[in-house]
Amino acid sequence: MSTLRRKPPRVGDNPLFRSLLIGIVLILGALLILAPLIVIGVEAFRQGWKVYVATLTNSDTRHAIMLTVITALIAVPLNTIFGVAAAWAITKFDFRGKRLLLVVTEIPFSVSPIVAGVAYLFVYGLQGIFGPLLDAYDVKILFALPGIVLASMFVTAPFVARELIPLMQAQGRDLEEAATSLGASGWRTFFSVTLPNVKWAMLYGVVLCNARVMGEFGAVSIVSGNIRGQTNTLPLHIELLYHDYQAAGAFASASILAVIAVFTIIAKVALEGRGAGRRVKPAAILATPETRP
Amino acid sequence: MRRNVLPGLHLSLGITLFYVGLIVVLPLAALIFKASSLGFAEYWTIVSSPRSIASYRVTALAALAATVFNLFFGLALAWVLTRYRFPGRRLVDAMVDLPFALPTAVAGISLTALFSANGWFGSVLSDFGIKVAYTPLGIMIAMCFTSLPFIVRTVQPVLEDLDPALEEAAQSLGGSDWTIFRTVILPLLAPALLAGTSLSFARSLGEFGAIIFIAGNQPMSTEITALLIFIRLEEYDYQAAAAIASVLLLTAFAMLAVTNWLQARALRYTVKG
Repeated sequence: MSTLRRKPPRVGDNPLFRSLLIGIVLILGALLILAPLIVIGVEAFRQGWKVYVATLTNSDTRHAIMLTVITALIAVPLNTIFGVAAAWAITKFDFRGKRLLLVVTEIPFSVSPIVAGVAYLFVYGLQGIFGPLLDAYDVKILFALPGIVLASMFVTAPFVARELIPLMQAQGRDLEEAATSLGASGWRTFFSVTLPNVKWAMLYGVVLCNARVMGEFGAVSIVSGNIRGQTNTLPLHIELLYHDYQAAGAFASASILAVIAVFTIIAKVALEGRGAGRRVKPAAILATPETRP
Repeated sequence: MRRNVLPGLHLSLGITLFYVGLIVVLPLAALIFKASSLGFAEYWTIVSSPRSIASYRVTALAALAATVFNLFFGLALAWVLTRYRFPGRRLVDAMVDLPFALPTAVAGISLTALFSANGWFGSVLSDFGIKVAYTPLGIMIAMCFTSLPFIVRTVQPVLEDLDPALEEAAQSLGGSDWTIFRTVILPLLAPALLAGTSLSFARSLGEFGAIIFIAGNQPMSTEITALLIFIRLEEYDYQAAAAIASVLLLTAFAMLAVTNWLQARALRYTVKG
């Protein structure tokens, strides 16, 4: 007899139930999650390599890829700066209206991208608040790059902040206070004390933000005006090809975004291995006392 | 309260308020302003028109069905991932995030390809007389896909942190697995399940990209509210777009309030003194 005390079986450890549940979950997972990924590849190459390469090197597709990359290059860094600033203000200081600020920052998460797009129309469109003024000075925001960037920034506003805030809240202020009292400047304190502790969490937010910016469809489709070869981002280009009965081309373009999605997941798993992305319940942050003894 | 010696409050708070103000608050305020500039009678005529009502109904029912499905499937997935060890577990765990990482338009065309009458699943299902693509069922499937990770990812950490001693105590009292699950485990998971459910439902209500390809988009039957807004814009009917969008926005605010309330309530019972 073994000297090791065997652990008693836990709830749900019945072998039959266990195999059955794993089986059901794996089958449903394969059907609902894996199959859509595989079908993209299959459909993209349905008409062979030549059509695939021809679609991706087509000038409209190239332009769409460029526009998507440029949008991400502008929106993601700005969003990161915001995320860091918001996390610094919220976790290192006490001020009134902090809860409200947190809630407002999270709003884009629950707002439909279509609603976001419409909302931007009523700010910068001709029927919007600033529309007539912008038109008078011939400044183009809607149906141009700035509109696409702004809409992308709306849908991703909480991405970096919500990774940094729980972490920086948990780490407290002691290290920064020590650095400052030893004479380090604010920037020095941030770059050599705070940033090394939160860099993986920040990168985690950046990776997810980038994936969402590159893939945003609803909000961008309203503010961009879908002008082929001009304001078509990659997701909009997919729709255009799809409705143009160029399914192979649509799936070829989709395959690029699918590959980015897979790399996003790989990066996410790698960063989680470094401790990023550990969820602290948002409410738990709000509940922690803001003043310390 | 101790005096704060850290620098950068004005700069960081300034950037934060500017960004939130410009990117989030200003557009939403403009939308509400635009919708409220309609008279009440006119507003009501638009938002209660038969076509609008039909769109709310199909959106809400499909979102409800998708959320209920995800409640069971998401809980099962979270359970399997945290309680069992099997080959490929980590891969499955990673794949759960695919619906978040995959752009909605991509998900939309690939689900349509799968479920259309000559697709892998559609051809099998049509033998049984089930049509998915271009029906409300298709809308539900697209919502299931895009909102699945919410429930898995809110339940998983709670399931991981569950104290085995509670189950052992219940087992020593002679409870069957099902009784213990129902009376001990499920109540502990309830706040996370509710939070995940409300996030999943809110996401489904606002989803656009994944749905429009598979939905068929027939007014009065398979036209979701987000699409109706889009169509009103294309018709240059900005007032109708603003009014219907404000309905979705207010629903989102209500869902946000419910989620926050649920979280605060859950906290009251889990955090000690």
